[in-house]
Order: sequence, then C-alpha cells, then structure tokens
Amino acid sequence: MCLAVPGRLMSMAGEPPSPRLGRVDFGGVVKEVSLDFVPEARVGEYVLVHVGFALSVIDESEARNVFELLREMGELLESEVGPAQGVSREIQG
Amino acid sequence: MKFRDEYRDPASVHRLAEAIAQTAKRPWTLMEVCGGQTHAIVRFGIDRLLPPDVSLVHGPGCPVCVTPVEFVDKAIEIAARPGVTLCSFGDMLRVPGTQTDLLGARAKGADVRFVYSPLDALALARAEPERHVVFFAVGFETTAPANAMAVYRARREGIRNFSMLASHVLVPPALCALLDSPTNRVQGFLAAGHVCTVMGYEEYEPIANRYGVPIVVTGFEPVDILEGVYMCVAQLEQGRSEVENQYCRAVLREGNRPAQEIIRDVFRIVPRRWRGMGEIAQSGLGLSDAYLDFDAETRFGKVEPAVEQDSECISGLILRGERKPSECPAFGTRCTPERPLGVTMVSGEGACAAYYRYRRARVAAAVDG
Amino acid sequence: MMGGDGLALSCPLPAGDGGLVQLAHGGGGRAMERLLDTVIRAAFDEPLLGHRHDGAVFDVGGPIAFTTDSYVVKPLIFPGGDIGTLAVNGTVNDLAMCGARPLYLSVGFILEEGLPIVTLRQIVLSMREAAAASGVRLVTGDTKVVERGKADGMFVNTAGIGLIVAPAVIEPGSVRPGDVVILSGDIGRHGISVMAARAGLAFETAIESDCAPLAVPVLDLVDSGVAVHCLRDLTRGGLASALVEIAETAGLAVRLEEASIPIGAEVSAACEILGLDPLHVANEGRFIAFVAPEDAEQAVKILHSHEVARNTVVIGEVAQSPPGQVSCMGPFGVERVIDMLNGEQLPRIC
Repeated sequence: MCLAVPGRLMSMAGEPPSPRLGRVDFGGVVKEVSLDFVPEARVGEYVLVHVGFALSVIDESEARNVFELLREMGELLESEVGPAQGVSREIQG
Repeated sequence: MKFRDEYRDPASVHRLAEAIAQTAKRPWTLMEVCGGQTHAIVRFGIDRLLPPDVSLVHGPGCPVCVTPVEFVDKAIEIAARPGVTLCSFGDMLRVPGTQTDLLGARAKGADVRFVYSPLDALALARAEPERHVVFFAVGFETTAPANAMAVYRARREGIRNFSMLASHVLVPPALCALLDSPTNRVQGFLAAGHVCTVMGYEEYEPIANRYGVPIVVTGFEPVDILEGVYMCVAQLEQGRSEVENQYCRAVLREGNRPAQEIIRDVFRIVPRRWRGMGEIAQSGLGLSDAYLDFDAETRFGKVEPAVEQDSECISGLILRGERKPSECPAFGTRCTPERPLGVTMVSGEGACAAYYRYRRARVAAAVDG
Repeated sequence: MMGGDGLALSCPLPAGDGGLVQLAHGGGGRAMERLLDTVIRAAFDEPLLGHRHDGAVFDVGGPIAFTTDSYVVKPLIFPGGDIGTLAVNGTVNDLAMCGARPLYLSVGFILEEGLPIVTLRQIVLSMREAAAASGVRLVTGDTKVVERGKADGMFVNTAGIGLIVAPAVIEPGSVRPGDVVILSGDIGRHGISVMAARAGLAFETAIESDCAPLAVPVLDLVDSGVAVHCLRDLTRGGLASALVEIAETAGLAVRLEEASIPIGAEVSAACEILGLDPLHVANEGRFIAFVAPEDAEQAVKILHSHEVARNTVVIGEVAQSPPGQVSCMGPFGVERVIDMLNGEQLPRIC
C-alpha cells in the first residue's frame, strides 16, 4: 500500500504549536502539505508525501547509489556475458 | 518527474532482470506485502521479467482488502445516521460489506464523502459544526501518523464533532502469522517501503532471525522492486537471512521518530481480524484511552465480528500467497471487478483486481451484461 | 404560498430577484420571460429564439446526425471552461464524430433555486462564444427551476443536429484490421482540472481543461479523402474507455504503444499523487480516429495544421484478435490489457 510521491519543497510556513505547512512541487503540480513529521526538511529538498503529509526527506546521495550499483552491475554483466542482446518482447494474455 | 522517471529506465530494469537471472541458481518463492508494489508489478509486468524459477507472490499488502467486513458494515451503519457525515479514502468506497458498500449506501441517502487526506475530514468538521464527521481510518502504519494527527489536532482545537472509526493494521504480526502457517511456501520477503519509512525496519530483524528468512525493505518503482528481488535472491543463494534496505533514499533503520511518537500517543495496539486470515494478535491499532472521546466505536457501538461467509471466493488463499488469481476457477468469469465475489477483486490494489485490469485475456467475445 | 411542486399555484412576481434564480423563474410566467429575454435570448443573436415558438423549424437539406448529452459537472466553472462550454462543445463534437457538420443546437436548463444570475449569465455567454466558434446556432430551448438542493447549481442538456458530410459511414463497424489509431493530443487535462477545482483535492496547478470544439479539424479530415473508419471524442472514462468500446463493438483488437501516448508532465504528476491512471481520466477536447493504414501519414499531417490537434500522434493499430481486447506495450517489453473504467474514478491511497 501506501501511495507516497516525491516532490520538491518550495516554501515553508508555520511554527509549532501551529501546524508546519509547506508547498511542494510534484513536477508541475503544487500542493500544500503538512511538514509536521519532517522537522529537518529544508527548502529545496525533496520529500515523500502520503495523504497530505511529508513522511521523509529523500536522501539524494542514497538515491544516486542505486545507479552507481547498477552501473557496476552493468560492467560486470558485460564482462561476463558480453553486451546485452535485444529485448525480447513478451506478450501476455 | 524526479525520483520517479529514473527508476523506470528500461536499461536499468533490464540490467537488474539479467542480474537476477544470473544469480538465481535454484527456485525461490518471494512475497511482496504491499498493494502499491502489487500494482507496480502487474502494471509494468515486472514479474514477467523474472526468470521462471523466481516466483513473486502477492501477500496481504492491501489494508483495504484485509479490513474486516464488520468494519465496512459499521461504516455503512454510521453513514446512514442522520446528521452524520462519513469520510473515507476513495479506496474503501467500493469494498463490499455484508449487504452493500459505501457507494451503495450513498445512493440510498447516506452522506458519504471521499477525501484525499484525514485533515480534509477534520476541515469538514470545522466547517460544518452541526454535523458529526466520522473518518474511516484504514491503512497500514504508513497512514497511521496522518490519521493520528487528525485526532490530535481535533483535541487541540477543541473540535467535538469529529470521530474516527479506526481499523488500522500492522505488518510485522501478519508476516509472523504467514510464516507460522504450516502451508507457507514463502522463502523471502520484500517489505513495504513506505511502512518502513514510518516505522523503520528494526522490528523485522527478530523476524528474519527467528524464521530464517531474508527481508528486503523495497521501494515502489520498477528499478526498486527488481533491486529488492535481486538482493533477496542473492541472500537466499548465499544462505543469509538478514534485513537489508533497498529503499535507502527514503527509509532509515529507526524510521520516522515524530511519526512514531504520535502513533504511540493517539493509538494503542489491539487484536485485529484480517479479512481472509482471521484474527491476528496485536496486529491492529485502535484509539488509546486518552483519545476515546474521538473513537467512533465508543460513540456509535462496538464492531462485532461477523461470520465469514462461505463462498467460492478464495481471497484468503490469495492474500496468503498460496494461490495466484489466475488459479481461481471464478477469476474473470463469475468474479470480475463489476461483480466481485471477494475483496481482492474489489480493491484496486487487490491482487485479483490488478491481475484482471492488466493481465487477463478476454476469454470469449461475448460481453456479459 | 408555494404548492407541493412550487409551480402550479399563483405565485406573485418576485419584487426584486436579489440576483438569484427563484422558483418563479421557471413558472412559465412574466418572471421567466424576463429571465429568458434578459439573460438567454439577449446572449444569442438568433432570430429563431426570438420567435418564441414551441419549436424551431428549418430545412437541413440532407441526411442528419442527431445527438444529445446532459452536463452535470461540478464545479460549474473550472480552469479552462465551464458547464456552458462543455455543453456546446460536447454536442458539437459528438456530431463531428459522426461525420456531420454541426448546425443547430437546443438547450435545456434545469436551474437550482438560489443560483446567482450572474453565474447563469456567465455560462450563457460561454455558450454563445462556443457556439460562434463552431458556427452552430442555438435555436430552441427550455428552462426549469427546481428547489434548492436539487440541482448542483444547474444541469444542462444540449441536443444537436448536423448534416452528414462524410462520404462513407463512420462508426465502429467500419473499422478494419490494420487500421491505424490516431490520437489528437495529450490526455487527462479536463479530468485533472476539474478535480483540482474541487475542494479537498485542491492543488495549485496550471492545468486547464482541454475542452474545445473539434468539428473543424475533424471535418477537414473527413473532407480530405482520407479513409476515416471511426471517430470518437474522448470524454468520461478517458482514452481507455473509448478504445475498449470501439474494440468491443467492432469485435477487433487494438494494440497500443505506451510510449507514444502523450501525457503532459503536470497531468502525469497529478495522476501520481491521486493514484489515478491517466488512461481513464476525462478529456473534453481530444479525439481518436481509426484510419486506413495507407492514409495514416496524411491524416496526421492534416490534423497537425489545426491548433487543437497540433500534437496528433499515432498510438497503435487494429488487429484481428483477440476480439474486443485493447492491449498496451509497456516500456519494458511487457504487454498489458487495458480495460474500461469501472464506475466512478476515485483517488486512492494504496
């Protein structure tokens, strides 16, 4: 479950005990979101939003690691099996 | 869209599929426990990219699917009361109760409204003080902090015309129940990434140890899911049974502390019946004593367990990963999204609905009315 | 003073209508005549409306297409349009999809007691603009008023008559295996703009409804000699529903290429947030055309010369079987089956 979507924090408002709100840009669509659970979030960072609440700040360096790993994996695979062949298309039904 | 598109890159997807095929030397059965992952897998055909020996089954990862029928009936009963507005996430509106569903109740005059966030339900209570607003709070741990915050704010602001019908479920007890079953075939798990964003993954470590199964915290995009499968298969091949984190851009081992605090404040752990699985001890969240004045069960009467109806629906087996939807004799014929026999076909995230929407071939040209 | 239905008894003329529609405005008496004259007839420079007859009488001079649609959109006014624009463009477009030149419209208003008259005026003016843009004449109509709470502001019905100009019958039965499926532009704008305008799903967004008249590009295509087998404007249920309906009616299969289906970045983002499938989101200014494969390139070229269809693309083709199935080849080489929307489209959290 849990549809949570990443977006860029553009601005923040409100100090506790008032709710902390932020405007988050999801690739062109901007929504006001609660920042109550991410006190460490800073403008410009990306947050993950679920039902109107930011649940975490996305760690960009970790995000990059995934692709580092993939790149290494790619080199390893090529050295073992040669360049990738064409994609085989599978029809379901 | 950043942090989405790059995780749908075909070259990366194929590279991971290749790596899995290279790594898997024996057959393995993995389970994902998240409706969002089910949705992505079926929509992108990710399981079709896996080698035939690696089997990915869908577990009870849809909180909508596992909400006991008696809670749906209670929501319908509450919604039908004059002066009451029942607010719910869209997912719940078509889940069948014993007689009808929330949309059917709305057609008969009940005030049922869908909301995107529990705060919208609270806003409604603020805006319409003459009505009592009840929010139907379902979900895994991911949604619990938001739901808790709605109640917490209601208390702070002195809003009295707001209450919550709490039917939350927790993932770790369900995993244990699955692993305790003598018919369990699952050898490794992909843990739901957003549940772990909130709760962290410390609580999965004893489970991995006790049952000797690898558990990989996994995200929701194709690259995430394939990487999670890869990490799980690698562990299985190496005979390891640890908790690993694939979704490290969004999940920390300790999770989100402020979110956990509010869950602890507003909710308490209760036993919960899971539709299709029966009662699992300590697997639900209900309102804590301090917040019982916001509890819809306290106000409108406790939910009584219903008798599980006997029918040919096998959603229990589907939720436990013991059957795939295509293995159900009624799938696509007697059971369709328009006329669902059980919950896994009704909820958009249910395995049967996901399969139906993306995968089944039309059996005959005839369109049945 | 008011009887059971509020209309039959002698109802004194409201002294000042306070700028709101009242039950008397639907009563068939002076109040109604004044509303019709000052708000509705005044907007349309249309002699047939001025005749104040039971019906409009005219000669069309050939085989006709006849269509009707009712409009119940909420909110009445949304970014990029209002219920009036929808009501005119929707019916104009349906006529065009039959291969007919839209000529005449009727309108039926069901107004809710308490609707501000300035709102009614704004919507009527939108209808005038939309009608003028498509060259159709609004020649007859009806107005009723119902009690507060019974009509969401207003409901509108329009019916339209057009003159068939297509050389061959345009309908699902004319579709053939090998036909190319063409889409006139990006999908999902209308549905998202309407949702964004509703409280509770509020987000600031620049997405406007794509509501637009389509008769001009469609008739250009039909006139050009391109073998057009079927046309369908996309409305509720989105691209998926339109394709499935045609595939089922024709008893053929449609195979799409997902990468070719244009979806704007903002629509895509909004769909992600709400958990919606863009293929099911409503449109109001887009259409699909099934054309003979040898004419596909020319069809796209013709449509590109029209502003509203400037982003026309080929999105798939028709196959013999499995009959009634629409499938889509995804980015990873796996094909999935596309189905119609089942019931209302609801945002999800799972």
